[in-house]
Amino acid sequence: MADPAHIRNFAIIAHIDHGKSTLADRLIEHCGGLEKREMTEQVLDSMELERERGITIKAQTVRLDYRAADGQDYVLNLIDTPGHVDFAYEVNRSLAACEGALLVVDASQGVEAQTLANVYQAIDNDLEIVPVLNKIDLASAEPDRVIAQIEDVIGIDAQDALPISAKTGMGIDGVLEALVQRLPAPQGAADAPLKALLVDSWYDPYLGVVVLVRVVEGRVAKGMRIKLMAADTTHLVDEVGIFRPKHTKVAALGPGEIGYLTASIKDVGETQVGDTVTEEKRPTAAALEGFKPSVSVVFCGIFPIDAADFDDLRNSLAKLRLNDASFQFEMESSAALGFGFRCGFLGLLHMEIVQQRLEREFGLELITTAPSVIYRMHMTDGEMMEIHNPADMPDPVKIADIEEPWIRATILVPDEYLGQVLKLCEERRGVQINLTYVGNRAMVDYSLPLNEVVFDFYDRLKSVSRGYASFDYHLDDYRKDDLVKMSILVNGEEVDALSTIVHRSRAEKRGRAMCEQLKDLVPRQLFAIAIQAALGGRVIARETVRALRKDVLAKCYGGDASRKRKLLEKQKAGKKRMRTYGKVEIPQEAFIAALRTGD
Amino acid sequence: MPASADRPGAPLAIYVHWPFCRVKCPYCDFNSHVRDGVDQADWRAAYRAEIAWWAERVGNRPAASIFFGGGTPSLMDEATVAAVLAAIETHFGVTEDVEITLEANPTSVEAARFAGYRAAGVNRVSIGVQALEDDALAALGREHSAAEARAAVELAGRIFPRHSLDLIYARPGQSVAAWRAELDQALALAGEHLSLYQLTIEAGTAFHTAHRLGRLHLPEEDVQEALLETTWQVTAEAGLPAYEISNHARPGAESRHNLAYWRGGDYVGIGPGAHGRLTFDGRRHATVAHRLPERWRQAVLDAGHGRESEDALAPHIAAEEALMMGLRLVEGVARARFDGTAVARLEEMVNSDALDRLVEGGFVDVTADRLRATPQGRRVLNAVLAELIA
Repeated sequence: MADPAHIRNFAIIAHIDHGKSTLADRLIEHCGGLEKREMTEQVLDSMELERERGITIKAQTVRLDYRAADGQDYVLNLIDTPGHVDFAYEVNRSLAACEGALLVVDASQGVEAQTLANVYQAIDNDLEIVPVLNKIDLASAEPDRVIAQIEDVIGIDAQDALPISAKTGMGIDGVLEALVQRLPAPQGAADAPLKALLVDSWYDPYLGVVVLVRVVEGRVAKGMRIKLMAADTTHLVDEVGIFRPKHTKVAALGPGEIGYLTASIKDVGETQVGDTVTEEKRPTAAALEGFKPSVSVVFCGIFPIDAADFDDLRNSLAKLRLNDASFQFEMESSAALGFGFRCGFLGLLHMEIVQQRLEREFGLELITTAPSVIYRMHMTDGEMMEIHNPADMPDPVKIADIEEPWIRATILVPDEYLGQVLKLCEERRGVQINLTYVGNRAMVDYSLPLNEVVFDFYDRLKSVSRGYASFDYHLDDYRKDDLVKMSILVNGEEVDALSTIVHRSRAEKRGRAMCEQLKDLVPRQLFAIAIQAALGGRVIARETVRALRKDVLAKCYGGDASRKRKLLEKQKAGKKRMRTYGKVEIPQEAFIAALRTGD
Repeated sequence: MPASADRPGAPLAIYVHWPFCRVKCPYCDFNSHVRDGVDQADWRAAYRAEIAWWAERVGNRPAASIFFGGGTPSLMDEATVAAVLAAIETHFGVTEDVEITLEANPTSVEAARFAGYRAAGVNRVSIGVQALEDDALAALGREHSAAEARAAVELAGRIFPRHSLDLIYARPGQSVAAWRAELDQALALAGEHLSLYQLTIEAGTAFHTAHRLGRLHLPEEDVQEALLETTWQVTAEAGLPAYEISNHARPGAESRHNLAYWRGGDYVGIGPGAHGRLTFDGRRHATVAHRLPERWRQAVLDAGHGRESEDALAPHIAAEEALMMGLRLVEGVARARFDGTAVARLEEMVNSDALDRLVEGGFVDVTADRLRATPQGRRVLNAVLAELIA
């Protein structure tokens, strides 16, 4: 166990691409955590997907041994936090495990919305913030402007911000010294009952569930029977250790230390982020504050493109859940898409990540239905139902009113794109709360319905701001509004996978867009096909797929028979995946394409 | 046992493929090859040998029709054509009224051989006129002018008892009015038979590349439809109604050879890449010869034949083929056709829900003995077939 006086626990807060992972690599390298040959770019982002996207999904940690200028040896624990709004709660818990944070800001780009949200969380957790200006070696760096901006926007003193270049290694010494000198040492008595924060957990094929903890008081060692207080389960500790960044066994973890334990835990779902770990026979008096179970906010249907992949999809979802208890799934069936799963996620990015991992790590071809949120249906009989699948929508006459979740969003955008961004937010039923300027960048706060944000808002925001806008949100409240189920009908029959719950004012535009899109995707046939969007029985948009006018081979003689018949066979094979709507059969591909382009 | 067991003595059709062309036309995806110095004597020998081999295989069945296709059969020496016909006569025998057709290009050089072909026994020519406008001919990569084509057709009319012209329409930029005028000229020039094909972009052709690169645009579907309707209407008024999607004849003057394909008759394929269909052992069989001319000839030298494969068709495949070919004909497909393919009843073969929808929609007619596509159904036959067999 290290002496708490010589421990410094810190996080790095940075916007994507501002150099967090590169800085972490430099710090590890500098302290000899890994041999040079072992360094791959961005050591901490171990998952392929994380590395590729430059974002962190699971919190990770590394213990650095550093001999400071004062000649003393220090233990520096870096906790690498998830960098996205969907994981705000996980970020919060990671920050709660630290005494300080490096605030890394790109010296030419300045502060972004995501940075802002995380730094406020750090301040709320009472962390010492050390501003670092990265990429100072670039010609476009404007340290003075960015320092002023940090002070303006965040409201912290940034005069002694450290100029560095994580890429070249310039200024890394200064960062390490600042950690030792400016961050407080952790407090906590070693002989007190164990109280540790469960920072994260994941499934390791060799070790089982690995639990990342920050010890606040007391100590944890092999052979101790621990209790997870929120989960109310007990486990025998098999092993405790630290990350350097490779996992290394130690005898015990004491106050201020960050490390892992394994305790033959089978299900990662039992180890919820934010839970308090204590000793069963000598429990701490009070659990740590702020525990929140993870809640799914965004939902969608996930279907295999090939029905034969259904079992694979189920197994893959189960495997993914081993490592990520924050998403849920249950089976659902769709007339248009066959068998699949209704899945719930922490947010949009989380949804995207799970989809990509299913496709990439498990080699599945998938189609997802439009993302949905949880609606509260207040029924005329006084009941309240929570609905996230349009298919479950009750008969409208029995609904007294419907509430939907709203978010509070913060968007930072260069002035020249502000008009477009405001227009987008207004289109999405947004209500402006605040608009301020930081230099030539506007910071605008909006109240927005979440269902408008899950529907291609990110993409539109990126496109109207040419990628310069940054965005952050948190769930705010539920509000009553005029929400309706919009169905898409083909020849008068509903295509269940395309139904959505929308605000009445937005239904016509979205319905028309969907009909137009389908018109181009549904192959023409012998009969004209009506494509309609409807609210209840009322049609609000209609397109017609014209009947084929001419489709016949000009030549077909004795030598053509075999080849042309094979073309027919191909058409026939395609028909296996068709569903009948009235007089016509529509290939599943048309709906799949509609869902894809609708993303 | 010879392969003729199921249809002993029944006449069949013989297709002879001449694979060579002087140049490759940009729209054509047939098995054609450009070669210098084809030794006609060597090729004659190869054709003779393969004819003898096939006659042995199918047994005692005379030819009711013989068709020289290509490539460009009008590049064959008169003596080569004569040798092939003599070999067929010797080994297969021919019916009294045998139809012997040769495809010819209307250049003056080729027209000069018409008399020799007639002397060899050819009694019908199918002339690849393709267009009656010089610009269009140039765009189609043809080597003859419109005037040459007219002269060749007139000459053919004097030499052969029967002749037919091929034209390609629905060309880039072609209007209904322009085609109508061209069709009127073709009808004035035609004897008893016209083959009128809408231009089709086939994979592996120069037009395919140009089309993909956006340098060649076919008329819109509505225009194609109007062109088809106009063609059917004008030819019918002129007394040469369509009897198949693209073929028009005075009643009784249809191509008997081609009818054999569409009605599901047996045919033997001679020459590189030629396909055959033969019914024996209660099954219909598909045969294919080696495509590459040199390879085919070597195979004939080595084994006496150039057949690359011979497969028994599964009954449902044979039935699909029967529908696919038969519904091209205005007369439709006879129920009796399905007996030979071991699918006794039409209704067992086709998707009955689809059939009901198609009848109701006016795309097909069902009678006691036939299934027929209506004119509306023939316009969209690909989609009709896809419904029926799926």
